[in-house]
Amino acid sequence: MKIIIAGAGKVGETLAEQLTAEGYDVTMIDLRAEVLEACVSAHDVIAVHGNCAAVATLRDAGVESSDLLICATGNDEVNLLTSVTAHALNKHLHAIARIRDPEYAENTIHMRSHFGLSMVFNPEKQAAEEIARLIRFPGFLQRDTFAKGRTEIVLLRLDEGHHLCGAALSALPTLVKCKVLVCAVLRGGETIIPTGSFVLKQGDLLLVTAPTENLSRMLKNLRIVKHKTKSAMLVGGGRISYYLAEILDKSGIGVKIIEKDSDRCEQLAELLARAEIVCGDVRHRTLLESEGLRDSDALITLTDLDELNMLVSIYGSNWGVPQVITKLSEVEDSKILDSLPVGNVVSPRRLCSRSILRYVRAMDHKAGAAITVHSLAEGAVVASEFLVTEETLHRSKPLKEIRTKRNVLVASITRGVTTVIPDGSSHFEVGDFVVVVAPSEAGINELNDIFA
Amino acid sequence: MNYKMMGRLFGLILCAESVFMIPSLILALTDAEMRVALGFGITMGLCALIGGVLLLLCRGAKTDFYAKEGLVCVGLSWILMCLFGALPFFIGDDIPSYVDAVFEIVSGFTTTGASICTNVEALSRATLYWRAFSHWVGGMGVLVFLMALVPVGGKSEGFTMHLLRAESPGPDVGKLVPRMRYTAMILYLVYVVLTVICFIFLVFDMPVFDAICTSFGTAGTGGFGIKNDSLTGYSPYVQTVTGIFMLLFGVNFSCYYLLLLRNVLGVLRDEELRFYFGIVGGAVLLITLNIRTLYATFGEALRHAFFQVSSIITTTGFATTDFDLWPSLSKAILLILMVVGACAGSTGGGLKCARALLLIKSFIRNIGRVQNPQKVAVIRVNKKPVDEKIVSGTMAYLCAYVLIVLVSFLLISIDNFSTVTNLSAVIACFNNIGPGLETVGPTGSYAGFSDFSKIVLTIDMLAGRLEIFPILALFSRKAWKRG
Repeated sequence: MKIIIAGAGKVGETLAEQLTAEGYDVTMIDLRAEVLEACVSAHDVIAVHGNCAAVATLRDAGVESSDLLICATGNDEVNLLTSVTAHALNKHLHAIARIRDPEYAENTIHMRSHFGLSMVFNPEKQAAEEIARLIRFPGFLQRDTFAKGRTEIVLLRLDEGHHLCGAALSALPTLVKCKVLVCAVLRGGETIIPTGSFVLKQGDLLLVTAPTENLSRMLKNLRIVKHKTKSAMLVGGGRISYYLAEILDKSGIGVKIIEKDSDRCEQLAELLARAEIVCGDVRHRTLLESEGLRDSDALITLTDLDELNMLVSIYGSNWGVPQVITKLSEVEDSKILDSLPVGNVVSPRRLCSRSILRYVRAMDHKAGAAITVHSLAEGAVVASEFLVTEETLHRSKPLKEIRTKRNVLVASITRGVTTVIPDGSSHFEVGDFVVVVAPSEAGINELNDIFA
Repeated sequence: MNYKMMGRLFGLILCAESVFMIPSLILALTDAEMRVALGFGITMGLCALIGGVLLLLCRGAKTDFYAKEGLVCVGLSWILMCLFGALPFFIGDDIPSYVDAVFEIVSGFTTTGASICTNVEALSRATLYWRAFSHWVGGMGVLVFLMALVPVGGKSEGFTMHLLRAESPGPDVGKLVPRMRYTAMILYLVYVVLTVICFIFLVFDMPVFDAICTSFGTAGTGGFGIKNDSLTGYSPYVQTVTGIFMLLFGVNFSCYYLLLLRNVLGVLRDEELRFYFGIVGGAVLLITLNIRTLYATFGEALRHAFFQVSSIITTTGFATTDFDLWPSLSKAILLILMVVGACAGSTGGGLKCARALLLIKSFIRNIGRVQNPQKVAVIRVNKKPVDEKIVSGTMAYLCAYVLIVLVSFLLISIDNFSTVTNLSAVIACFNNIGPGLETVGPTGSYAGFSDFSKIVLTIDMLAGRLEIFPILALFSRKAWKRG
């Protein structure tokens, strides 16, 4: 499949890296020659230098024979114009565009039909939604959704004195009082796919699968959640803060936004009726304290500066804020981040490249290929979602009779609207969504790969 | 430096080389040349063994690979390939001195075609085939060949760009399609198809073995003959066909890709291609007029002029006549053609038409700048502005080129041959042509030079084929320093 990426910025480059790794032909367009140069040396892509909204440049990039165009320049208008122009040159082209202005975001439905846009993405909005999901269930370090939102895989940590410490996994369902499955345990940098006799220890990171409807019960019974989040402090008044404040406001969580720029504060105050807007610089040590950091249930750092976000988050953690979330745009090395008390990390560009990747996979839909791939726990473990098709082997045979590869775990089977955590008697049927958890080196690319 | 990744590539190259030698081994066995067969057999075993061990040791290499690694890797792998490729000549006793054997195979892989053998016809068929085949592989590049066949870098092949840049000729190397592997495949496919067509045309009027060797020599623009008098003894038909195909292999291969995409207009408008054919046309005309009196008919003069011009500008080095006997003007024209060379992205050597074009254009621009110092001017090729980095890179290339030619000229002058011999020998080796003038002319050979001069010329050939920087990078201390 041929893909054109217009704009070799943060999102563009991340996409180029992941799409080439999955074997797609990628052409990049950008106005900055030096950025393209760097892209071509780092990834297996071809580059076209020029304005991506111009017919000549698009032709140069081979728009007539391409299947997908991803407009990821920093400018909404350019993205729209590019997709309109490309659509005029090639009617079969799918187009994905980044539209981040909230005012445009309202009429995306019209854009779809008029401008040939098949998908619109807004990194800031996505980041805000992700943060809101994390806030709704404090205690989860990471939360990934599968099977159209019916199955969840969450990452949680066993802190000191937790009642699960010392318990064997086989005793878990009785302790939690609902069906959950621990699909992987990370202990001291090592990934273990556990068996029933595995004993949990303090400091373990658990990857747990559960049907979405059991999530809150599980949280309660795991006794991870101490109390519900009622107020959140947002540092930085950018677009993410605006979207997040809107979402939190709807779910009845009190929002306080701290922003340095007074004009932006005015603007936010006009846009957000109920949120409390504070104009000030968080670098002044006393500001956070005087604005009531001690009484906040959550601290979310969303400024443009990664370094500042990390600093403020570390400060908040040390103050004992129950939930800290850090937005990072550039910093990638999660091994370094792990050693810092910055709470949950949200990276807008990772999020949106993930959702685009999902679209590309669905569009390409190679027989049996994964629909969704989440890499969990810094890429040590991969959870992939597959659709059971006619070509899947061993259908309607109980799982206990099928030999699978070592360390590969069938984490959930979603049939229709119900999700089950599979046991030995479960089986696959055509149309099932199956989530498989395996170490990343196992190389599970299609469902049939799991069979030994 | 990512030594593991480099080791993996070296291992692959040695294994590939061992496979390349199979036809020669079969030839030697069928001809019952046991000594030669032994030479090939031992070398193949050695290559496979060392290559296999390297591959085994360098499993799981990381793929962080940058421009520096690309340069060093290409330079080293060519040297490695040549050192092993020379072994069959040496062990098989066709060329008793190892320095001579290395000279010969470097001349083969770099598609130079300069020989130290005074009597080529006495060599075994296996050796002749290996010489010709080395041209064919060396023409397009071994690493490009590997890239087309093996997933060199596993999943992330972005780094292979550095290898393509370092191995392929031309000031601005780019891909044809997004995937490096497919780019390499397209290049090799065009190459193979053209070679086969050339072979089919030749086999009408030539024995099969001769046709194979000649088409390999033509395709790689190498020029190792299998007869002492190169192509003089063959029919005018064979000479004309070879002449035309040499010119075709001197064309930028991306032009053929554009033709495949039916973009004929784009090819016809290509400035480099026009420049190339312009020079060929002009040179043929001038030389024909200049040598008219030496030959019986105008047609014969034209044929010889065309063949020699085509052979020299594409840096092949076949000959149908001893052009050393031609008048000075013709020889001067040939010497200039030697320096200009073929198009970028072809199998030919030399400075390349694209660079010559850029240099002329920037020269004209600089004259303009002297008159109007404030003027802002952009150099355009094919109506597109050329990046100033490429222009300055071309200047630097010219500087390095002149410097190396002068130093080599100085070094081989110790042997006390005539000045014309020495200068033309250096130019012929550096530009990967083969025959020069006087002692090293089309009928002569490089056998008379001392071992020291042969080593200098060997390095020149490698530097010329890899466009200087991969070889220079090996000599820079920074390439080997940690960090």
